[in-house]
Amino acid sequence: MDITLRINGETRTGSPEARKTLADFLRDDLELTGTHVGCEHGVCGACTVIVDGRAVRSCLMLAVQAAGSEVTTIEGLAPDGELGTLQQALWDSHSFQCGFCTPGFVMQATAFLRAHPDAGEPEIREALSGNICRCTGYQSIIDGVLLAAERARQS
Amino acid sequence: MKLPPVEYVAPSTVSEAVALLAEHQDEASVLAGGQSLIPLLALRLAHPAVLIDINGIAELSGVSAPNGWVAIGATTREYVAEESATLAAAVPLLAAALPLIGHEAIRSRGTIGGSLAHADPAAELPAVARALDAEFVVRGPAGERVIPAADWFEGYLTTSRRPDELLVQVRFPVAGPGTGFSFQEVARRHGDFAIVGLAASLTLSGAAISDARLAFAGMSDVPLRATDAEDFLVGQRPSASLFDEAARLAADNTDPPADLHGSSDYRKKVAAALVRRGLRAAADNAGERQ
Repeated sequence: MDITLRINGETRTGSPEARKTLADFLRDDLELTGTHVGCEHGVCGACTVIVDGRAVRSCLMLAVQAAGSEVTTIEGLAPDGELGTLQQALWDSHSFQCGFCTPGFVMQATAFLRAHPDAGEPEIREALSGNICRCTGYQSIIDGVLLAAERARQS
Repeated sequence: MKLPPVEYVAPSTVSEAVALLAEHQDEASVLAGGQSLIPLLALRLAHPAVLIDINGIAELSGVSAPNGWVAIGATTREYVAEESATLAAAVPLLAAALPLIGHEAIRSRGTIGGSLAHADPAAELPAVARALDAEFVVRGPAGERVIPAADWFEGYLTTSRRPDELLVQVRFPVAGPGTGFSFQEVARRHGDFAIVGLAASLTLSGAAISDARLAFAGMSDVPLRATDAEDFLVGQRPSASLFDEAARLAADNTDPPADLHGSSDYRKKVAAALVRRGLRAAADNAGERQ
């Protein structure tokens, strides 16, 4: 099926099979391999992207369903190679270890902080509860997102 | 796993969708938010020949409040319902259950109708629908029919929707003054399916209970009303000893499933504890709302 959508501000087209998930379409057809695929059935959160302003699991959405949508992937967060506030705060907090879950956490946190700039630790924990980090470095991830929220409020 | 090959159609009206269902019958699956159906495909637990994507049908989405009811279109996303001030004021038990569904990213796509048509007995919305006697509006080739919640849930992941019918709307009655509510659940991790969940609603007229509703999630192959406990509560005044006895009655007459998360006996203990907590919270709440 032919589809047209906006990805990271650019208009992109493709002809995915109906059964192809948005995650596989991004990775295989558009070579945007920053989006990671972990469990492939909606449990781990590694494939989280932002579709029309909301965090969604790109393995639980067909590519054809994203036709006409505005999609932001991890590649869209630092287009000029400059880290954004959230990315810098995660870097400074040593938030991640192996990095596999990183894009999912970053996209989930990006959508959440946009909608809830005043969020505190309990809300951040709740918002990130659907993302799994098998290195189990959760505390440093929470610290990083909290730091980003603080810096965003001060700037 | 990758999804199996499947045909895909995206009708733009309910009548087109119904015609497609009539053509494909059991071979078709209706795709709404996809948060349960896509995993079933990925795990090869469902093998539809055709996916009928109803997300593009404008009339199926939205929350309205016709006389005494709150009507929710089948494809209304869970986060939209969660943010609805109308719904929060009129059906507070439903509003209390919505944030407990999955995780934020799941509620971005998941729909009210999808969860209720999927009919997982451990999910939150089926218990709420059963507690409140919600009504299910389905449309088929012969027109529309309204199915009460008591008749909707037939078994594990099974409803009384016929293969050529589409769930178009679910209606919940507006909570009156003096009606308190509580949604309780115990899960290993936040966002997981509950080991046991409870939707509780209690109406006080003066000092006495005039209506009690208790519906369990995770205690049977359908959401389960605790009718013995409900009947026992009506006409009585709320007290700790009354709620203890109601909890015993509610849990005694059940035969919950056992799995790796908990034995049948454990589920009965959790169920009794949730009834005590739920009734206490609902009674406090009912006092405030009188």
